[in-house]
Amino acid sequence: MLCERCNKRPATVHYTEITNNKKQELHLCEECARETGVGSFMMPQLVLHDFLGGLFQQEPQALVEPVSRECPRCGLREREFARRGLLGCSDCYAVFRPAVDQVLRRIHGTVKHTGKLPRRTGKKTGVQRELKRLRQELEAAVRREEYEKAAELRDRIRELEQGLEGGK
Amino acid sequence: MALKDTLKNPYSNWMKDGGAEADVVVSSRVRLARDLAAYPFPHRLSPEQAEEVVHAVGLAVQQSKTAAAVGPLELTRMAELTPVERQVLVEKHLVSPDFIKGDVTGKAVVLRADEVVSIMVNEEDHLRIQCLMPGLALEECWNLASKVDDLLEETLEYACSEEFGYLVTCPTNVGTGLRASVMLHLPGLVATRMLGEVVSGLGKLGLTVRGLYGEGTKATGDLFQVSNQITLGRQEEEIINDLTALVRRLVSQEREARKRLYQKQPEALEDRIFRSYGILQYARVIESEEALRRLSDLRLGLALQIIKGIPFSLVAELMVLSQPAFLIKAAGRSLAPAERDVLRAQLIRERLGRGAE
Repeated sequence: MLCERCNKRPATVHYTEITNNKKQELHLCEECARETGVGSFMMPQLVLHDFLGGLFQQEPQALVEPVSRECPRCGLREREFARRGLLGCSDCYAVFRPAVDQVLRRIHGTVKHTGKLPRRTGKKTGVQRELKRLRQELEAAVRREEYEKAAELRDRIRELEQGLEGGK
Repeated sequence: MALKDTLKNPYSNWMKDGGAEADVVVSSRVRLARDLAAYPFPHRLSPEQAEEVVHAVGLAVQQSKTAAAVGPLELTRMAELTPVERQVLVEKHLVSPDFIKGDVTGKAVVLRADEVVSIMVNEEDHLRIQCLMPGLALEECWNLASKVDDLLEETLEYACSEEFGYLVTCPTNVGTGLRASVMLHLPGLVATRMLGEVVSGLGKLGLTVRGLYGEGTKATGDLFQVSNQITLGRQEEEIINDLTALVRRLVSQEREARKRLYQKQPEALEDRIFRSYGILQYARVIESEEALRRLSDLRLGLALQIIKGIPFSLVAELMVLSQPAFLIKAAGRSLAPAERDVLRAQLIRERLGRGAE
């Protein structure tokens, strides 16, 4: 079959669209398909998102609540997130937390960021991250009865806490 | 205006000669996905909000500190460009095919004059900061992208959390928002039918292999893009270093395959390369797929020093110049496919020094 548009190259992209029960078929070659934006560039996006959606539709029982939540800030419904695999705003991450965790674990194998954070907005969170680490160390030091080390850690924690309160 | 040159000239800085491992690695790219905390993600923006995001990014890139540190960056709204001009940006690998699909209102592109830095505004995320360089240069790309990122962050408030890192539209990009990729020319692995094995091996290591124009496109001219899949739970430097190490291994496998191919059937390989070179020099009509295939053969011939005296940069330039929108732009009017095939053949002949024959 030849491409319907250029009538020159073989048609390799076969595209069927059904709108209001009307079926439209297109048979195009790769080049015409790319030029008209039909097929190769459109499908993968859909496929990826269907795939992502499918990632947690497989195990609906694992969700804490059935899909009824809605993000109060942007209005995205959990159902829509499940279908397209896209979040609506930064608040969605907290709103759909259990589902987000599940998806992230499947994609990345983890839910914990270890890389760069914005310097300005991230300064505070960077300190908080350090504080958390120090508190864990402190606990461990106390458990091991290493009181000298614990005292050092306690001083360092105080210092950081004062820094945070001082709005630095 | 710099953008005029970008649209007119098929050459881009990522084609520049002298890149590391240039016989196999065409170019390297690092992309950072970033979103603004104050706005919903692009697919949920009202037209007014989308314009506000463009405006905010415009202000951020105009800061004198930014220009002083990384050079002047110019913002252009996509709606100001013709559809052909938008397609030219795709063909030069400066924006993604998805970016120019459908309505482009509320979208913009930021470019540095040498096209090494480009930022898509309101693609899937509010910002997609990209650095594109010749050869294997992922670390350099990352350093520059990160610098641009830091400078923009002085003006823009990014959405982020301590736990998940940069919060972006699609969970596949969350965390670092970093996608590092290299464009590889792999005619040896294709010809020796080892590519399938290599691709599945890379998949197991958390890497993806895609065609020439990224996601969902097919591999033309033996060109492939290899990129990291995982963006969360690993530091940027780890991602960059791991990919670089793997690419180096791929490069030596490709070189090995080329050597074997040449040793096994020297006449057959030389014949294929010289035939392609001949066709490129003398053809009067050439379709884009054939042009890419012949240019791939020419590139292989140059890498094996079977043909000498042509820089890799010219081959890359001809690959861009062979694309439909670029030809239309060069002709200054719309062209039927048959007319394009004639113009393509003519431009390739001219650039290979055979225009008068």
